[in-house]
Formats: sequence, structure tokens, C-alpha cells
Amino acid sequence: MHQDILTGQGDQACFHCGLDIPPASQYYSIIGGQSRQMCCPGCQAVATTIAEGGLENYYKHRTADAQSPNFADQAVTEELLCELKLYDQASVQKAFVTATAEGEKQAALVIEGITCAACVWLLEHHIKSLDGVRKISVNLTNHRAQLSWDDSIISLSQILTSIYHIGYRGHPYHPDKEEQLLEQETRKATRRLGIAGIFTMQVMMLAIALYAGETQGLEDHLATFIRWASFVLATPVVFYSARPFFEAALRDLKTRHLTMDLPVSIAVGSAYLASIWATVTASGEVYYDSVTMFTFFLLIGRFLEMKARHRTGRAGNSLLNLLPASAVILTNGEEQLIPANDLNIDDHVLVKPGHIIPADGTITQGNSSIDESALTGEYLPLSKSTGDTVVGGTINVENPIIVKVTQVGAATQLSAIVRLLDRAHEEKPKVARIADQMAGYFVTAVLITAATVGLSWWVIAPEHAFWITLSVLVVTCPCALSLATPTALTAATGSLRQGGLLITRGHVLESLSRATHIVFDKTGTLTEGNLSLQHTHTLANLSQDECLNIAAALELHSEHPIAKAFHQHAMQAGIRPAEELNNHVGQGLEGLVAGKRYFIGKPNFASRQSACLLSFADAPDNTGQWLLLSSETENIAWFGLNDPARKQARSTVQQLQQQGLKIQMLTGDSSAAVEHIAASLGIKEVISGVSPEQKLQHIQGLQKDGARVIMVGDGINDIPVLAGAQTSIAMGSATDLAKTNADAVLISGDLLRLPQALNLSRKTQSIIRQNMSWAIIYNLIALPLAATGMIAPYMAAIGMSASSLVVVGNALRLSKLGRVNRVESP
Amino acid sequence: MDILYLLIPIAIILAGLAIWGFFWSVNSGQYDDLESPAHSILFDDDEHLIPDDAKVGKRNSNDNDK
Repeated sequence: MHQDILTGQGDQACFHCGLDIPPASQYYSIIGGQSRQMCCPGCQAVATTIAEGGLENYYKHRTADAQSPNFADQAVTEELLCELKLYDQASVQKAFVTATAEGEKQAALVIEGITCAACVWLLEHHIKSLDGVRKISVNLTNHRAQLSWDDSIISLSQILTSIYHIGYRGHPYHPDKEEQLLEQETRKATRRLGIAGIFTMQVMMLAIALYAGETQGLEDHLATFIRWASFVLATPVVFYSARPFFEAALRDLKTRHLTMDLPVSIAVGSAYLASIWATVTASGEVYYDSVTMFTFFLLIGRFLEMKARHRTGRAGNSLLNLLPASAVILTNGEEQLIPANDLNIDDHVLVKPGHIIPADGTITQGNSSIDESALTGEYLPLSKSTGDTVVGGTINVENPIIVKVTQVGAATQLSAIVRLLDRAHEEKPKVARIADQMAGYFVTAVLITAATVGLSWWVIAPEHAFWITLSVLVVTCPCALSLATPTALTAATGSLRQGGLLITRGHVLESLSRATHIVFDKTGTLTEGNLSLQHTHTLANLSQDECLNIAAALELHSEHPIAKAFHQHAMQAGIRPAEELNNHVGQGLEGLVAGKRYFIGKPNFASRQSACLLSFADAPDNTGQWLLLSSETENIAWFGLNDPARKQARSTVQQLQQQGLKIQMLTGDSSAAVEHIAASLGIKEVISGVSPEQKLQHIQGLQKDGARVIMVGDGINDIPVLAGAQTSIAMGSATDLAKTNADAVLISGDLLRLPQALNLSRKTQSIIRQNMSWAIIYNLIALPLAATGMIAPYMAAIGMSASSLVVVGNALRLSKLGRVNRVESP
Repeated sequence: MDILYLLIPIAIILAGLAIWGFFWSVNSGQYDDLESPAHSILFDDDEHLIPDDAKVGKRNSNDNDK
């Protein structure tokens, strides 16, 4: 069996995570009686654990590949166990664990790595099979687990470890205020919808009895009784379910900005009051059924909109994920692991390579390079040595360092960015909405007409005045009008989502269509966001492949972004790592490959032992990053590394320009690469080397001058500016915090969806206008008829439904997304 | 038709009970995840419940340990 798979290697994907299997890989696991090939020991360990637990069905049920458990290499390390043990301490647990009776404890966890419903199944079955676990339920939507266990039989760290063993990561979940509010909002909306649904059905049943009674004869005392029963059932719907509409209408009146909520409230409220009047006086018509059904349908629309809005905020407490939960503190030369929350100013903390720096501080010992990409967008790590300041949340790349803590908690830079974000939210300009404006005019017109009609009838025939005024309000009941905008928006939002653009705020489609400027971040947005090997120039008598092999062997075990550019080659060629590796921080690497000593890194470092000393000036050109590979005697090759622009970036820029938008690039990066990328993409306005604060100022300046700005970005450093722009779009690879603060998320990362979305948004606006015109024309015809008392209730109902259908049908035209205009740029 | 005087109040009370049950289920978090229950019903993890002679096709997997 092994032999079969071995011969087919190379084009095989890992059975567990679906990544390509490197040719030299020798990892297997028996799943369902067959030997399956794995890409790495991590996947192998995870798959074996799953199979041994009798949970192989996971592989049958799943609809998406598992996340590659790169971290599973560490799953067995002492270090990780130590870190998980922290969660057993009472001082740590008090933040997220509640003790219930009889030694049972409860906690909420955030689980990383969930890709489909089968993951939920696997987690629940695996954890439930552990001795001492009472209950676990995993939520697929927000990736949270509710866990209760018996602390005397099993400890929390053991449970967390076994979650690691099947390839997931569990963290304690501390809900922040905003998330608690979101949860409350969801539950409240669900309850409102449920009340409206259940009581609407009841009222409808009674209404049928009343309608049938009119033709077949119903005794008067029974009719009165049924009306009273309908009144009892409709009341909770009006006062509980429809409450948001009334509240919004009240707010509209206070702010003198009329929205659809006002006519909705007037229709619901007046029909309800009129029905009560009819019930009490046993005269006229009752409209309880219309009241409840109208509320129910509107609530369904609002509920779906809210769900879409919450979808992006699912990843849990984003800031918590950025800062590590634990830190190694040095007291009198002894290492001790403590929770990061317990750090104090002036503590000395040891940060190992690959670990996140737990708080702001200065380096007191050691030198290393620090990856600050999350904060600044700069993808190359910066060399830092004793005395330099480091920022909490950034990653130590090369060597262990000792950091003296200078800021903790709310005073750290990360918190400062979050504060900037809050401010940006407050200052965000309100987008004037066409639909609302039109609705405003319409509402005013309806109110004035109804009042005039009522007054006229009061003069002519007072006994008819009330009912005719009401029928005017019912006929003009803003059904078609209130459907005009939402149906168009829903259809367009749906088709954009299929195309990979998730819209999370209601105003996006409208503000997209009216945008004048589009501002891009560079790293990770216009570019791929990581270095890759672009050129190889050989200097000696070796082929390009031979040079690459040597370089890859030297860089194999380094996690530096430069080294990662060589890893793909190392995997493909099955390179063995170099021996006697020596890391010169900020300079380069040296090591033995096939018995010969090589140097790779900055030119004046690598070439210092060779015959000819080279510097950056000797590099083939001055774009991007150049590395020199040398032996002890000669210089062997130049490697050109770059963060390449995304494939679709150039044609996206062209299409956007054709659509009449001004394009700008706004980046924290200040290197020569900025000009190069901008020139290759055809972007003329470039602002480089700016801080998050300056970015925000720039956008606000533009908006003050009347520009309507779309901001596209991805990093932590982009969050304030995303929040401050009228319309913001985050890339799918962006940090969770950026995604939750953007108005839309480009999930597929395909930039060409932007011009497409812009087209669709413009089309949506024209369809909304068509729908509005139709609704208004219908009303102009129906209104005089109703005002003169010539419309019977059933005629009004038919007319209203017909006009609604026309509106919905027209909106559905938006659900077809046009083809992407893929003109590949040269 | 006087029976309606009894039946309609009963219907209202039943609707009230339904609302009470609905509120209870919302508050206890049963509506928080509307996705995974739809899938989990389709996962056949009941193979150990099927007698061996009733199994269709031969599978050499799975003695679930529960």
C-alpha cells in the first residue's frame, strides 16, 4: 500500500489538510483501513489521534480541508504544556471560569481552526470522550465552545492539550462589552421575530373566521368576541415586536430626518388604533391581521440584515489573540511563566524567537529583529538592539531578548490604536442616503395628503372622515415603497457575496456608487504581503538551480520573512539543512553545505571573505531587496526579493480609473519599493511613510474637501483609517479587528471584484430609482381613488400586492452578477 | 358555535405557552448557532448501532468506543 502511494507522489495532496505533499515526505497514517499520506509530522500526529479515538468519520463528513496544524509540532513540547498549565491557576481562571456546584466548573473557549460543521462534530465527540468532561457544545458560527468539567478528575490544561492533539487551538474567551451587546442584540431580535411569527399565525386564523363570517353569516356576538381575541393577540406584536420601528420613528422626528420607519410606524400604529376603535364600538373594519403580518415581514428583513452584519465579527476577542496570554518573567535570574495580564512596569521579560512581545518596553539585553508588520504594515523585520523600544503585539524573529516593561494594559501602543479607532468611529461622516431622502419627501407628502383628505371629509361628511382617512393611509401603506430599497439591496448584496465581497453595513452599496476617490493601502492589499524570489543572477560557474539549492539549505530553518522566500524551493527540491549554521543578526547567515562554507545576506557581510568586496550599489538594480550568496573565495549569486503586486492589481486600477475614480496609494512603508509598485500599477498619487494617525488625517482632509472616499486596507495600522473613511473595504486576509471595523470584506482577495461591485452598486441605485418611481406612480393613481372613497378594501389589497410583485421582480434582476472583466495586464 | 368561547381562550393560552418556551430556548442559547445543527443531523455516527449482518457493503472501520 505504501508503495502505491509513493509512486504517485508529488501531485498528491495531504489527506488531512489538503496542502501539497513535499516529495521527500515520509509521513503516513492509517485512516479507515487505508494508508494515507500526510504533508508533515503535525498532520500525521493529528490524524493518528483522530483515528485512534474512533472518530475517522470526520473525514467522511467534512466539507472543507482541515487547517494545517503547523503548531502541532509544538503540541508535544514542554513549553506549550507549561503555558497551558497556566490556565489551571486559580488567579488566571477567575477571569473566565465559573464554579458550579459539586466541584464542577464551566468556561467559554474560543477555538481556532474550525473550517466546517464536521470540525464541530469531531471536537464535541473527542472532548466528550475524555474522563471528567460533563458537557461541551461548540458553536459553528462564532467558533466558541461551552465547556463544563469535573475539576477533581480532569484539569482544564488537559482538556486544552487534547484540543491541540486533534489540530485545533483553544483559548479562554473573555467577551468584551461590544460582543456582549451584539449577543444581546441577536437574542432580542430573535425574540421579537418569534413573537411576531407565532401571534401572526394566530391572528391570521381568526381573521379567516371573520372573512368567512362576512359571506356565510357569523353571529354578531361571536364576531365581537373574535375581534377582542385578535386584539389580545396583536397587542404584544405591536408593543414588543414593532417597538424598534416606533423608537426609530421617534428619533427621526427629533432629528428632523425622515426615514421609512415613520410611515411604517404610522401605518402600524394607526391601523392598530383604528382596529381598537372598531372593536370597542363594534363598527367598521379591523386590521389586526395586516398589522401583525406587516410587522413580521419587515422584521424578517431586518433580522437577515443584522445576521449579515454580525457575520464578520465572529472571530472572538480579536485584541486578545494579538497579545500573548503568558510571559516569561525574570526575577533574580530565575525564569517564571506568569499570565501576561499580571505584568508590571519595570518587570524584565524574556522573549524567545517566534514569540509575541507581551507589552511595550525597551530591550535591556540581546539583539534581534522584530516583525512589526501587524502594527506598521512594514513586512521586513527591523533590527533592534539594547536600548531600543519594542511594542507589545509584535513578534520577535531571530534571537532571545530581555525586555524591560515600560507600559502595560491601556497605556500600550496597541490600546492607543484602538482608542484612535473609537475616535474615528465618532467622527465618521454620515452618508446621506438617497432612498431615505426620497422616503422623507414621500412621507411628508402622504401625511399632508391624508390630513387634507381627512379635513375635507370632515367638512363634507364627518361620519366618513375617519375611515376614508385611514383607507388613504392603508392604500398608500408604504409596502411597495418600503420594499423598493430593501429588495434591491438584498439582491445586490447576495450576488456580491457569491462573488466574494461581503457587505456588512447597509450604506455600502449606495456610498460605493457615489464614491469619487479610492485609496489603497500597499502591503497586503495591492501586493501579496510577503516576500518572494523574483530574480537570480549568477556570478560564478554555477547554474541558477545550484545557487538556489545552497541558499535554500542555509535559510531552511530560519523563520525570517526573507528566509521564507526560499522555503518553497527547499520543499520542492527536498533540500537538507546546512550544518554549523550561524546567525548574524541583521547581517545574514553562514553555514556548511556539502562540506563547503557559504555566506548569505547583506552584500558587505557575505562578500567580506571573498576576493571581491561588494555592496548594495553593485546589485543588478535598485528595486526591491537584494541578497548576496558567497563562498569563502568568491561571490556566487545575487537573489532579488520583492513583495510582488497582486496579479489583478494593474487591471483593477485601470478599470477603476475608467469608471472615473481618483486612485491614491497610502502606505506606512517608506522604501524605494513604494515608487516602483506605484509606477508599475499606474498610480500617480502616492503618500508614503505615514503613521496610522496621519493616514486618518489624510482621509479626513479629503472628505472635508467634499471627496467621497473608499478605503481598502488590511493591517492593524489601517484600522483607524478604515473606520474613518466613508466606505471601507478590508481584504479577506486582514486581521480580525480590521475586518470587524470595515464596511465590507473582500473575502476572495480578488481585487477585480471592486470595479465589478462599483458597477453593480450603480446599477442598484438605478433600480432603486425605478422601483421608487413605480411605487410613487401607483400611489398617485390609487390615492385619489381612495380619497374619494371609491376603493373597496379587497381592491386595495390586490393593487398593493401587484405593485409589490413588480418591485420585487425588478430587484431580482440584480441577482445576476456580470462577468468579471479579466484583461490580464502585461 | 358557543364552543368558540372556550376554544379561542385555550388557543391564546397555548400560544402563550409557546412563547414562554420560545423565550426560554432563546435565552438558553439554542438559537445562537443556526448552522451546525443542520449539518450534524446528516453525520452518521451510529455505525456501532447497526447490527453487523444488516450492514450494506463491507467496511473494516470503526468500533466506536462509546
